[in-house]
Amino acid sequence: MAETIHADKTIDARGSYCPGPLMELIKTLKQVPVGTVVEVWSSDAGSKRDIPQWAERAKQELVYIRDEDGYAAIGVRKVK
Amino acid sequence: MTQRIVIVGAGSGGTMLANNLVKALREQQRDDVEVVLVGNGEDHLYQPGLLYVALDLELPAHFHRRQRRLLLPGVHLTNIPAARIDRKEQGVQLADGSHLAYDYLVIATGSHPDLDEISGFRQGAYSFYTEPEALRLRDALRDFRQGRILITIGIPHKCPVAPLEFTLLLDDVLRRQERRKEIEILYTYPIARLHSLEPVAQWAQEQFEQRDIHSEIFVNMEEIDANEQVVHTMEGIDYSYDLLVGIPPHKGAAVIRNSPDLGDPDGWVPTDRKTLQMKGDEHIFVLGDATDLPISKAGSTTHYEVAVLLGNLLRALDGSRATQTYNGKAFCFIEADEAQATYITFDYDHPPQPVAASPLLHWFKAAYNETYWLSLRGVL
Repeated sequence: MAETIHADKTIDARGSYCPGPLMELIKTLKQVPVGTVVEVWSSDAGSKRDIPQWAERAKQELVYIRDEDGYAAIGVRKVK
Repeated sequence: MTQRIVIVGAGSGGTMLANNLVKALREQQRDDVEVVLVGNGEDHLYQPGLLYVALDLELPAHFHRRQRRLLLPGVHLTNIPAARIDRKEQGVQLADGSHLAYDYLVIATGSHPDLDEISGFRQGAYSFYTEPEALRLRDALRDFRQGRILITIGIPHKCPVAPLEFTLLLDDVLRRQERRKEIEILYTYPIARLHSLEPVAQWAQEQFEQRDIHSEIFVNMEEIDANEQVVHTMEGIDYSYDLLVGIPPHKGAAVIRNSPDLGDPDGWVPTDRKTLQMKGDEHIFVLGDATDLPISKAGSTTHYEVAVLLGNLLRALDGSRATQTYNGKAFCFIEADEAQATYITFDYDHPPQPVAASPLLHWFKAAYNETYWLSLRGVL
C-alpha cells in the first residue's frame, strides 16, 4: 500500500483568479524550509497543468494531485 | 460606556473606513464610540500615481494631499506610527512609547516593497513602488537611448496589473518620443502566461505581438548581478539587461512582523475570507493588503471590503456576530496606452471576462485618478 504524504502547510486558493494558485504557491515556497510539502487548493482547472510545469522548470518536486469536491489539492515539496 | 475603535494604517483602506465609520455612527446618533486612526505622516499619497511619475507623465505633487484634510469630523488622527500590537492587552503601542487601548482593532497596514529580499535588487533594479524609486526610474529612462529594458516581477506584489500597464505605457511613450527602434522591451512573468488573469494574458499577448514587445514566461528572480547586468532565476535561466525594471516582492508592515501572535513570517494577517475578521480574534478586523487572503493586493479590493468590514464592525459594537460577507470582488482598470484602457472584474465565484480597450475607458480611469479623494471621504 502506498504511503500517504501529508502536507506541512496548506493554502486555500480556491476562487483566486489574481494572483492565482501558482503565485500563492511560489510565495509560500519562498517562506518555508527545504523539505516542506506545501499543498495548494485550486478551483482553477488550469492549475493541474500549470503547477506541475512550473515545478519541473524550477526543479521543485510535485508529490501529488488529488481531486477533491470542486477543487484539486496539489502537493509540492520544496527541494532547493 | 465609550467603546474605542483603533484603525492602524491611514492609507486607502484605513482612511475610507474611518470616514465611513463616523458617518454611520452619526446616522445612528451614537456618541459612545471613539474612532482613532493611526497614520505615519502628514501626507497621503495616491499610490497608483507612481506609475505615471515613473514614465514622466505626471509630477509627484499631483498625487499628494494632506492626510488631515481627507478626514471627516469625528475621526481622531494620530501621526505617531504604531510600533507594536498587543492582542492580549488589547492595545497598540505607538513609536513614542504611548499606549492606545482598543475595544476593536482594524489592521489596515498595507503591503510594502522589500528591496532587499532578492540579492542585488537594490543595486541592479529600478522600480516604481515608492516615490524615490519612481523618480530614480524616471531619470534613468530619460537618459536611456538603446539596449534592452528587462521587466521582472517579484511575488507577491501590489496592484497585479501595474507591471503590464507599465510595459504598455513605456512602449507608447518611447514610440511618441521616437526612441523605440533602438530599445528592446522584454517583459517576463512568473507563471505560464503573461498575466494571472487568463483574459488579460490573452489580450496582452495580442498587444505584445502588434507592438513588438518581447516576453518570457516562468521567470522568477533569484538573484541579480548588478555588475554583469544579469538576472538569475529560480528556473535556472539567466536574462541580461541594459536597464532593469524590477517589481519588488512585497511584505506586510513592520508593525505586524514586530508583534507577537499576529501575522505570518512575511507579515500577512490570517483573515477570514468572508467576514474579514482575524482568524481566532473577534476583536480584530483586517482590511486590504494586510490580509493573507489569496486575492489582489490593490485599492479596488480594499474599496469593496470596506462596506463589508464596516457592517460587521457596527454589528460587533452592538454585540452581534459578523453577518456581512465579502465575495472577493475586484475591479481594475488597465491602461493599454496613453489613449485607451480596458478593465477586468471578478470575484471568488465569477471568473473575469475580457472587455475591449477603448478611449472611453481610458477617460474613466483618468477620472477615477482624480475622484479617488472623494472615495476616501465615502462619497463614491
